[in-house]
Amino acid sequence: MRILNASGCLDALAAPEVARQLDAFVTKTVTPLPREGNAPPRIAETAHGMLNAIGLANPGRQRFLGEHLPRLGELGIPLWVSVGGFCADDYAETCAALEGIEVVELNLSCPNVDEAADSAAEIVAACRRATDLPLYAKLSAAHPDVAEVARAVAASGADGLSLVNTLRAFALDRRLRPVLARGSGGLSGPALKPVALHAVSVCHEATGLPIVGMGGIETGRDALEFAACGARDVALGTVLFADPGAPARVRSELEAACSEAGVANSDDARSLSKSPETEQKVPA
Amino acid sequence: MQSLGSPGRHRVTGAERVGPYTLLRLERGRLDPGAPGQFFMLEAPGRLLPRPFSLCLAPAGELAFLVDPVGPGTEALCGLGPGDEIRVLGPLGRGYRLDVERPLLVGGGIGIAPLPYLAEQLGSSPPVLLGFRSSEHAEAATLLPAAEVVIDPVLVTELIEPGHDILACGPEPMLEAVAALCSTAQLAWEAPMACGYGACYGCVVEIDGVLKRLCLEGPVLDAARVRTHAEVAA
Repeated sequence: MRILNASGCLDALAAPEVARQLDAFVTKTVTPLPREGNAPPRIAETAHGMLNAIGLANPGRQRFLGEHLPRLGELGIPLWVSVGGFCADDYAETCAALEGIEVVELNLSCPNVDEAADSAAEIVAACRRATDLPLYAKLSAAHPDVAEVARAVAASGADGLSLVNTLRAFALDRRLRPVLARGSGGLSGPALKPVALHAVSVCHEATGLPIVGMGGIETGRDALEFAACGARDVALGTVLFADPGAPARVRSELEAACSEAGVANSDDARSLSKSPETEQKVPA
Repeated sequence: MQSLGSPGRHRVTGAERVGPYTLLRLERGRLDPGAPGQFFMLEAPGRLLPRPFSLCLAPAGELAFLVDPVGPGTEALCGLGPGDEIRVLGPLGRGYRLDVERPLLVGGGIGIAPLPYLAEQLGSSPPVLLGFRSSEHAEAATLLPAAEVVIDPVLVTELIEPGHDILACGPEPMLEAVAALCSTAQLAWEAPMACGYGACYGCVVEIDGVLKRLCLEGPVLDAARVRTHAEVAA
């Protein structure tokens, strides 16, 4: 099991010693044009979670490729580049410009910007035509049937899935007004974990694609639960904020978690748990 | 700055009431107290995210933080007692430059927090002006016994005389008023912060006319750097 960061939850250039604990670093989402992001306040703590509305702040494709990517390359860590946009061509043009990285993660589910007009499957298909690099589709569990979306992106040529993105949510201040300047934000942290485990399970059953599981992972035991639901790898997000040593700690906790659960390793744990509802739904 | 890894656990050695605030003392362990104005992320018991605090005092073997109970995290920190342990990460960010000729320390409310350690590091007892919203809050001035103290509606900026190198910390309106009086002032800002080391992108403020992360650029900024889009465009 590889341990990655969730996109947007770590700046490898600002904190290289954290990034070096990872098996691969996932960049913040890159869009065609620079984005300053949303006005503050952008974050709020909630019960067992937090909201963020950063708004895809990033230097834009040109500066990312010219300045950031070469500096990230010097860190000597496998790189995954998260790609975003507002139509299929946005995504495909960035994919076509990328080389020398391990994976392209397509951010098809940012809760903090207006939705892309094209469907997830159309975007994946356009990117498939634009690059030979492995494509991971990052999906949201907000869809009523995330497994259906997973099947559609698999049919369009996705090589893997990143599950899950944050869920759109609200937090109110003492005067009952939204804490975040944008109003809504994406919910992450332990509150998201049960939702993410379910999404991983049904998408694994539906597609069999490699999955990076994420959503509230704080411990080795949490990571193992994602493996048990079908995730091949995991990503850490919110936990990094309180514990920049989390990747090394979670890795070291995995072994004890395996022996406590009676499995040899995380690969053995995979697919132990099957969701009855998907068994009913998946056609023979 | 300390190397970024899992924050170490530090034992509470004392928690004293100072007016409405609590001075929380922790065992220093191997933590470097850092430069005045730098900050530490303190675990807030029972909460998901740590909270940022500048160092208030650095007695031998201890680090002391002044906590204003304004929400569930800070209230939990004020409830700690000797023997409790919390995780601490730091020092982080950029503090005050100490190479100033005529320092004048200016604090508003809980903005007094970094000034006792700053005064100690500057040496030779720099003059200090403190403003508070009530006489209860002004009890915090006992942390800087030589300070000149005003209470609302008198504003601390009314006492500032020209010719000083101002080092200030306080609420935004106070910092903006100080910046208007003295473009070379060093100002310690505050923003909601989840991580303290540039990972969460939550703590942005308008710096040099664009949104930048306060944890990396500051929290202490030269007054001239804090400008809005409109000010830069003009």
